[in-house]
Amino acid sequence: MSGTALLQASGVSKRFGGVTAVDTVDFSLAEGELRCLIGPNGAGKSTFFKLLTGQLAPSTGTIKFRGHDVTHAKTHEIARLGVGIKTQIPNVFNGLIVRENLYVSAIRINKPARARAIVDEVLARLALTDIADRLVGVLAHGQRQWVEIGAVLAQEPDLILLDEPAAGMTHEEVARTAQLIREINRTKALIVVEHDMQFIRMIAKQVTVFNQGRILVEDNVEHVLANQAVRDVYLGKRAA
Amino acid sequence: MALLGLILFNIINGIAVLVLISIGLAVIYGMMRIINLAHGEFLMLGAYATVLSTNAGVNLWVSILIVSPIVVGLFGLLVERCIIRFLYGRLIDTMLATWGLSLFMIGGITTLFGTTVEGVSAPLGAFNIGPYHASLYSVFSIAVAAAMLGGVWSVLRFTKFGLIVRATMQNPPMAAALGVAPNRIYMLTFALGAALTGLAGGVLAPVAGVAPGMGAAYIAKAFITVIGGGAAIVTGSGLASALFGTIDQIVTFQTTPVIGQVALLIAAIIMIRILPQGITGRFFRRSL
Amino acid sequence: MSPLFTGRAGFALVIAAGVIVTIALPLIDGMFGLVQATVFIAMAVLALSLGFIWGFGGIMCFGQSAFFGLGGYAYAIAAIDFGGSSWAVLLAIAVPAAFAAMLGYFMFYGRISDAYMGVITLTVAVILYNVMNSTSGSQYHIGAAELGGFNGMPSVPPINLPGDPSAALSPLQFFILSMILLMAVYTGLRLLLASRFGRVLVAIRENETRAMLLGYDPRFYKLVAFAIGGGIAGLSGCLFTNWGGFISPTAFSLAQSAQIIIFVLLGGIGTLLGPIMGAVAIEYLITLTGTQHRFDANLILGVILLGFVLLVPQGVVPAIAAQLARVIPARRRAGASSQTVTAP
Repeated sequence: MSGTALLQASGVSKRFGGVTAVDTVDFSLAEGELRCLIGPNGAGKSTFFKLLTGQLAPSTGTIKFRGHDVTHAKTHEIARLGVGIKTQIPNVFNGLIVRENLYVSAIRINKPARARAIVDEVLARLALTDIADRLVGVLAHGQRQWVEIGAVLAQEPDLILLDEPAAGMTHEEVARTAQLIREINRTKALIVVEHDMQFIRMIAKQVTVFNQGRILVEDNVEHVLANQAVRDVYLGKRAA
Repeated sequence: MALLGLILFNIINGIAVLVLISIGLAVIYGMMRIINLAHGEFLMLGAYATVLSTNAGVNLWVSILIVSPIVVGLFGLLVERCIIRFLYGRLIDTMLATWGLSLFMIGGITTLFGTTVEGVSAPLGAFNIGPYHASLYSVFSIAVAAAMLGGVWSVLRFTKFGLIVRATMQNPPMAAALGVAPNRIYMLTFALGAALTGLAGGVLAPVAGVAPGMGAAYIAKAFITVIGGGAAIVTGSGLASALFGTIDQIVTFQTTPVIGQVALLIAAIIMIRILPQGITGRFFRRSL
Repeated sequence: MSPLFTGRAGFALVIAAGVIVTIALPLIDGMFGLVQATVFIAMAVLALSLGFIWGFGGIMCFGQSAFFGLGGYAYAIAAIDFGGSSWAVLLAIAVPAAFAAMLGYFMFYGRISDAYMGVITLTVAVILYNVMNSTSGSQYHIGAAELGGFNGMPSVPPINLPGDPSAALSPLQFFILSMILLMAVYTGLRLLLASRFGRVLVAIRENETRAMLLGYDPRFYKLVAFAIGGGIAGLSGCLFTNWGGFISPTAFSLAQSAQIIIFVLLGGIGTLLGPIMGAVAIEYLITLTGTQHRFDANLILGVILLGFVLLVPQGVVPAIAAQLARVIPARRRAGASSQTVTAP
């Protein structure tokens, strides 16, 4: 397993005071894999993402990315190894225009000309060209979400983490996002946190279910959706 | 042995001065998260109140212990009503506004009284530690500093006002829902901090060069103490005063007071690298 | 912040205006006016230093006068000891820049809040003020240069032509040199802001977390910006010391620091031209009131600072952001390209 894993989390826990948000999680992702994380609110999914990106340090356990121990690495160091993340609440540069949001992302490893080409390419791919020169702060929530996805793409990471990419989107946009994720997955590994079961069905192969900080089940999508324990903790409320 | 006693006395005195000049700032910062950049000028105003009223015939002790805190407390109330209350939640703007106030006060006092004022001399004389003389007035200021720390702690710990203040600082909307008017609490807290600073200014008046710009001599130490102490008012300023007062006095004893100040600054800067939230940000978090 | 001043055309316009001032002012103004104008320029350079780190780096420095004073003293000491001005000018930039880098290391790598940063920088300036004030007497000297305590250091040798200490610049030459340096700093900062470094710096100001998630280390970028700002403030101190042949602890004073803040607030945060204008306007105002002797300059500065904060009710920074939002659509109509760092 460890020989082929892109990302390997072993026995990772995160405690806040008396609350254990993530509890001895063992998680492994292969190169090029697309994994969905589901689970009720407060199951620890977003905290797990913060641990993976160095925004929080685990209380115990280790995290390895491509064999590098990144357990206590700084956020920017992990990003440099090739991890990009779209956070749950859009994390963008509000005072800059769309084009520049992507440019700042692309310029880290590229020369200006190449960075501009990447920006144009991503703008076209996400259909953002029309609003490329608008200030991100004045855009609608959904559009800012696209900008953030664009910034992550322009960063050209090897692993992309998407925290609720379809939240607040229209049906049509959700379908487009699913299409985009499948497309990205041709070249990159992804972990997607989502609540929308329709969406999960559109993209998922392997699904990991979080509950109360622990991994409840990990299996392919059909098995997971049919699993009674999963229905009990999570689906019961929505899709029964 | 006597020398050691003298050094020890100087250290305690140095700690007391830090407590004096920082407790009012700490009250306002700890309870309201406002950094009052006019703090040095509040001290200056307290000193002027003592000097002017003593020169006008009021008893020196009355000037120090009563006139100065009342004058500066009322001034603080006025400042809160006219300036601070419009800026709640805007920390940087509050700092800039109080900075403007600080310049305004220096300019105002200079315009009214000129650049110097006839001072008052320290009363009480001296006592002996072996062959060395030490000022009895220092004993008085140590006592005032101790009383301030104890007083603020008691108010927070035992009074209804203290309870309301702590609740308001923790969660203003909740306190408001319980029938507390946060506005009034903020106003009183600011006035209380100002009054404590005024008292400190009064205590310093006989031993300091009273002048419009005198605040600059104290604010560096006061800021360092409050930042070093962190959010807990009494524990924070008490511990930070003890730490920085000791460093200050030892270095001052070896060199000069100014080098002592530089040592303080260096200690504080190294400390923010290690403890960005101050002593009580890491330790004693639940203290007052 | 009008569209007129952004982009390449705006830049050309600003530089053209600078060249016109450089040429025209000596023709229309007497020697007194020219000397007065020179100190305005020194202050404009100082305003640029804070306008850059605050407006583009988002760094709350309340003690920019620390670097200004260090630059002034470094120049004075070196000019007296070395007998020529070339090394002195370099030291006037290098010493404050290095000091800023050192201070910045502790602040940025300690990740302290904006408010703490303001207080720490202010405290540093105050302590430098107290230290320099205490250096009266001949035992305080560096080489042949006596520090002079609160009286400061008089008779500092002026800038001379490189390599020839006897060829001191005339007031006219010094005015022209100051203008050239101001335009050079302005141009340098604009180029810096248009570069990769500048874009990342502004991005960090906008959202530090996002910048980190993209692989940038905000601490490093802020540190470098802070050191550059320190160096520019030092250059300003050097010009100021040359202007009067004199430097005193007042350079470190809180009033001096406040003045720099006011320059930037008045001129506009997030611009480069604004602080220059703010500096000239405030200096002019102080010169006017200074000749009256009825009010203390502190009083006026205090009123301006207070009034500015209170009368821009939504807060200084959001007001500027709102202004920006109004300007951006106009710029789009004007056909803006990817040149979007708004640095007039």
